[in-house]
Amino acid sequence: MHDIALEAIAGALERREFSSVEITTHLLDRIERANPTLNAFVTLDREGALRTAAAADAARAGGATGPLLGVPIAHKDLFCTAGLRTTCGSRMLGEFVPPYDATVVERLAAAGCVTLGKTNMDEFAMGSSNETSWFGPVRNPWDTARVPGGSSGGSAAAVAARLAPGATATDTGGSIRQPASLCGLTGLKATYGRVSRHGMIAFASSLDQAGPIARSAADCALMLSAMAGFDTRDSTSIDTPVPDYVSLLDRPLAGLRVGVPKEYFDPGLHPGTEAAVRAGLAELEAQGARLIDVSLPHSPLSVPAYYVIAPAECSANLSRYDGVRYGYRCKDPADLRDLYERSRSEGFGEEVKRRIIVGTYALSAGYYDAYYRKAQQIRRLIAEDFRQAFEQVDVIAGPAAPATAFRFGEKSNDPITMYLEDIYTIAANLAGLPAMSMPGGLVDGLPVGIQLIGNHLQEGLLLNVAHRFQQATDWHTRAPAFAA
Amino acid sequence: MTISEQDLARVAELARLRLDPATVTEVTARIGNILGMIDRMQAVDTRAVSPMAHPLDTVQRLRPDEVTEPDRRADFLAIAPVSEDGLYLVPRVIE
Repeated sequence: MHDIALEAIAGALERREFSSVEITTHLLDRIERANPTLNAFVTLDREGALRTAAAADAARAGGATGPLLGVPIAHKDLFCTAGLRTTCGSRMLGEFVPPYDATVVERLAAAGCVTLGKTNMDEFAMGSSNETSWFGPVRNPWDTARVPGGSSGGSAAAVAARLAPGATATDTGGSIRQPASLCGLTGLKATYGRVSRHGMIAFASSLDQAGPIARSAADCALMLSAMAGFDTRDSTSIDTPVPDYVSLLDRPLAGLRVGVPKEYFDPGLHPGTEAAVRAGLAELEAQGARLIDVSLPHSPLSVPAYYVIAPAECSANLSRYDGVRYGYRCKDPADLRDLYERSRSEGFGEEVKRRIIVGTYALSAGYYDAYYRKAQQIRRLIAEDFRQAFEQVDVIAGPAAPATAFRFGEKSNDPITMYLEDIYTIAANLAGLPAMSMPGGLVDGLPVGIQLIGNHLQEGLLLNVAHRFQQATDWHTRAPAFAA
Repeated sequence: MTISEQDLARVAELARLRLDPATVTEVTARIGNILGMIDRMQAVDTRAVSPMAHPLDTVQRLRPDEVTEPDRRADFLAIAPVSEDGLYLVPRVIE
């Protein structure tokens, strides 16, 4: 049952091959067996999941249908789930029970999804390895001595280990695409504004965007159809209709113009990864696409620009955690100053504090122009590079990560090395563009992802390209040997 | 380019963070490394470039000035660490 693709589950439920309660129970049992090793889940909601599954089965018996009715999924622990603990991988929210659902959670629930639980993540979404969570690191099911990537490491590990057929995730600098790449999965970050951020605990408000992680483009198309759409509760939400992504999957690729940025094939790219990405490009060519060299000359500046803008926005967003209205509060504060300082210093982990400090510095008087304003100017140059490239090509393709999954501790000692893990993914967040990663090969038994970047609101085209690629290749069907 | 320990102390105060003295020196060095990376941006001429605050340069949407939210004060107070009579409690501020 756990091998069935997300998009095929509803059909199996329709044909009464099994019930939603049965598949939900099966997955909950797998999660309980696997979690001591993988630590992919922070909170499991057995009672709630079975209740929803039973309701879905009853609805279906009464004649209701839907492609997600009764389908179990997991939510990254950054989405507020009413009545169910939401931690953001942090001690600061270690016991936080939201009084409302995120829009993404509401929409998937309305489509009939069953929430299995909340997946582990880098603390407050800051990281590329899922090593910073207060609840301990997540292990990659492909090799449990290695990281799954981050910050959506829990969602990626859960789907890769067949603990859930799909999971929600978020991406601020690559946190969907890089873990998808390291775990052999398909993950998509939508256009900024395509998916509502209401109830999505904020890290960097001009960069954060949600999306699905699943085992195929078809699965992602189904999830995104339910997740996306205008929401009055998110003032940056885009008010345009959501295409029927599933109906767009099968269009042939003949004539597709694929941009290959020369800046993405730099010395930092591992040769095994490069070979897999180039083989993937050759497959697109075989299907009738045309490869066109493009240049994104300001690419190298995306890392410094991001590492000013993201911490600056994070320092503003995380100023709300003060031990007063919700979240962690220190014991016996001596005065108000002590309450704030100790609640925050005890509640936040080191990486989060480091980024708050950098961000506060970048916004402080005397430095705002040199750092934050400058970074926003660089940002426009990066967005302009893409705008010009998209005059010549339909999609841009390249690597999603510099190499395959690294070992625990290998990069966490030097934050700069960790930051370079995001080098191919950050620009799409800065420019607000949709981007995804799809499995493109294995190097020494570890997955490699191919990244596709599209123009604004071109999720349908990205999913179409990935789907056609997946119809001709089988990398996305490979599973780790991990036994749950 | 590096951050001085005095600057770091000032910034920590602004952010209401208390940095453990044992890690201050380490954090100072690391932040210096990050700032060095950021300095590469200074080499680029951006005099004619307007800052981009939003990926799609959209404008804040407005709505009619009408009450649309229900009163959920009790729900929100219920998750507060310390509250009483509809108020959040903090240590005494005024002596």
